[in-house]
Amino acid sequence: MTDSILLPTEHVSATAVEKTYRTGQHNVPVLRGVEMSVHRGEFVSIIGQSGSGKSTLLHLMGLLDQPTVGEIHIEGQRVDDLPAATRDELRNRVFGFIFQFYHLLPELSVLENVLTPLMIRESALTYWKRKKEYREKAHAILEQVGLSHRLKHRPSELSGGEMQRTAIARALVAGPQILLADEPTGNLDVETGQGIMDLLRSLNEDQGLTIVMVTHDEAIAQQAHRIVRLASGRLEILEAA
Amino acid sequence: MYKLLLCVRYLRTRYIALASIVSVMLGVATMIVVNSVMSGFANEMRERINGILADVIIETNSLNGETDAEFHRQLAMQAAGDQIESISMTVEVFGLMHFRRGGQWIPRPVTLVGIEPENEAKVGPLVANLDSFQTIREDGIVTREPLRKEGEAPGWKLTEEALAWRSEWKEYQRRHFANWPAREAAEPLMPEPPAFEPEPGHAEPQFDSPATASPEPGIAAEGPVQLEVPLPLPGIGPAQPGQVIPAAAIDDGENVRQASNPFATDEAPDLKGMVVEKGRSDIDAPLPGRLYIGAQLVEIPRVDRKTDKVFIERLVKPGDDVKISTVSAGSPPEPRHFFATVVDVYKSGMSEYDANLVFCNLEYLQEMRGMIDPQTGKGAITTMKIKLKDYNNSDQVVKQLENVFPPHLYTVRTWEQKQGPLLAAVDIESAILNVLLFLIIAVAGFGILAIFFMIVVEKTRDIGILKALGASSRGVMSIFLAYGLALGVVGSGVGVVCGLLFVRYINVIEGGISWLTGRKVFDERIYYFPTIPTEVSFWTVTWVALGSILIAVLASVLPARRAARLHPVEALRYE
Repeated sequence: MTDSILLPTEHVSATAVEKTYRTGQHNVPVLRGVEMSVHRGEFVSIIGQSGSGKSTLLHLMGLLDQPTVGEIHIEGQRVDDLPAATRDELRNRVFGFIFQFYHLLPELSVLENVLTPLMIRESALTYWKRKKEYREKAHAILEQVGLSHRLKHRPSELSGGEMQRTAIARALVAGPQILLADEPTGNLDVETGQGIMDLLRSLNEDQGLTIVMVTHDEAIAQQAHRIVRLASGRLEILEAA
Repeated sequence: MYKLLLCVRYLRTRYIALASIVSVMLGVATMIVVNSVMSGFANEMRERINGILADVIIETNSLNGETDAEFHRQLAMQAAGDQIESISMTVEVFGLMHFRRGGQWIPRPVTLVGIEPENEAKVGPLVANLDSFQTIREDGIVTREPLRKEGEAPGWKLTEEALAWRSEWKEYQRRHFANWPAREAAEPLMPEPPAFEPEPGHAEPQFDSPATASPEPGIAAEGPVQLEVPLPLPGIGPAQPGQVIPAAAIDDGENVRQASNPFATDEAPDLKGMVVEKGRSDIDAPLPGRLYIGAQLVEIPRVDRKTDKVFIERLVKPGDDVKISTVSAGSPPEPRHFFATVVDVYKSGMSEYDANLVFCNLEYLQEMRGMIDPQTGKGAITTMKIKLKDYNNSDQVVKQLENVFPPHLYTVRTWEQKQGPLLAAVDIESAILNVLLFLIIAVAGFGILAIFFMIVVEKTRDIGILKALGASSRGVMSIFLAYGLALGVVGSGVGVVCGLLFVRYINVIEGGISWLTGRKVFDERIYYFPTIPTEVSFWTVTWVALGSILIAVLASVLPARRAARLHPVEALRYE
């Protein structure tokens, strides 16, 4: 899937990022100087207590948010200060997101949900022209996640695991280089969660996808190559998986 | 692409949005219906005013008029003959019409118009406005066939019915007068029966011209005591030879009048013989002065006590005689009075005219006002009504006519200029109504605003997802703008269809409502229309539709901006 040049350098990195939210008159620091880098093809877990800032770090790396202090780099290039339109474009092309609550659009069918990133990327006209190609791509990916029999269903008609698979298919359809997963198994039972983890691992191993996963579950985190531990906005330990 | 897809999906799944569609629809439909009916009425009104006034009107500035109609006609034809279809020469002067009712003379201020019916009919719809040519319907049932044949030229002849009525009341009067001396002895001030109409010959002394009756014009003109009592009777009262024939006393130029009077044969004969004669005869013949009187001058609506229905009572019928007072030509103007026979009732549907106009035969009016040149025998006219071949050239025609009719003597105007304030008032009225009605759509707009804010709040998470997937703020905004546009388009589309259908079937609907409520919603006796007039203007419909679409889009701007500004992380914060 990665068609850019493979470099030994880090794929995505956060350099000395701090993030402070303002609630009323008080500044609430969420991240207090975090340094982290992820190499290409690496599967990293970020683990920490609730409120440790792990989700915020993921959002910062995924350009959903901007750090108060510090920088985000993709392949050595700073991206957090790019104009909004460019960051939107990067989110669409480079990152794939998976959320704890799946976040599928309830009005759309499984297939349409999967196609959303492509619809966002293309104008109506180009999308129309390449509709067939995109549909085939979405079919292929849904087959890969094991949902080819659920194309026309609405998210409300799916089970939790199926919804998360749909979300993964949606994250994959745009051909991302980095998959950002925010508690992907957090809402699923152990067995289903393990199915999702197996899917992620196979994506990482077979397609060389860089995966950053946030979790608070030690057992899930252990399945990654590396674990980054956060505690109250700071790195706690770095250890090889 | 996702914008369109989501927009369509939201439209199909958010039923609350239907509320805003319905409100837009109602607003649009109301505006179309009201505008169509208003412009239908306005058109009808313009047509009627235009019909009465003709296209271009040339009026003399003096009340005396200018002599020689034929000369004026030629002058106008020379100036703009290629544009003129026909000209009607008239004399317009203010006056009073009195009719006898319940023992009193009831005066009505009127505009007296001397016309030649055949010419007048060529410049306006005279025939369509005369009662005797109409079929009278009541609740859709024909209650009276036209009294005159279709295609008959309008003239001053009375219908058979009018003549019959005339004989009837004359006969009654004669009998009354025959008994009169005895009655007076018993009850001198006995009230008169309602049908009583004074015989002009009897009333003559009251209206006698100053020259023959009284040395003091003021006293003669008032004569209130005499008015109240049907005193002078031929053979009984102090009749003088000069007073027996009505017109003879009024006009000094007896010979001229005799020569020019088209109704010389209708001349009332010596009234001394009438007491003994019975039935219709020459003594019942109508007077030389003939009138069409405006319907509202003599009609009053009344409620039937038994059926509770409104009916129109006509106080004066064709065949009756009325008194006309006006002023003579010349300086200073002197009061002139004459009796005339009502030939027909004029009903244009414009109350301004129906409550004001009395048409008289032109030559008789000219004669009564002393407008006929004794040397040449040519009558003067005060107003020329011109019908144009193409009204679009009216401005040019007015200029051409102004060249030959100098402004110190004449005023040349189109009917629109003459009726400027009224037409302007109608336009303003319609403009204000449109503004008010547009507020309905504005209300619908606020409905959309509120509903959209709700939808944005409800869809916060989805907006966050779209942004996480790379949708730009502008993209998210355009979803909601497109949504508003779609609501506007659907709402105004349905509204236009409903409005047009309503206008198309408005009379059926009116009938249905009348049936339901048991009360006539659109009473033709009040509005003069058998059906509700409507006119659908393509541009009005277009503007209403576009305006409401614009309002829908504008109303969605604020919620759309709010959606666009949502921070993806905030939006995705867990439920």
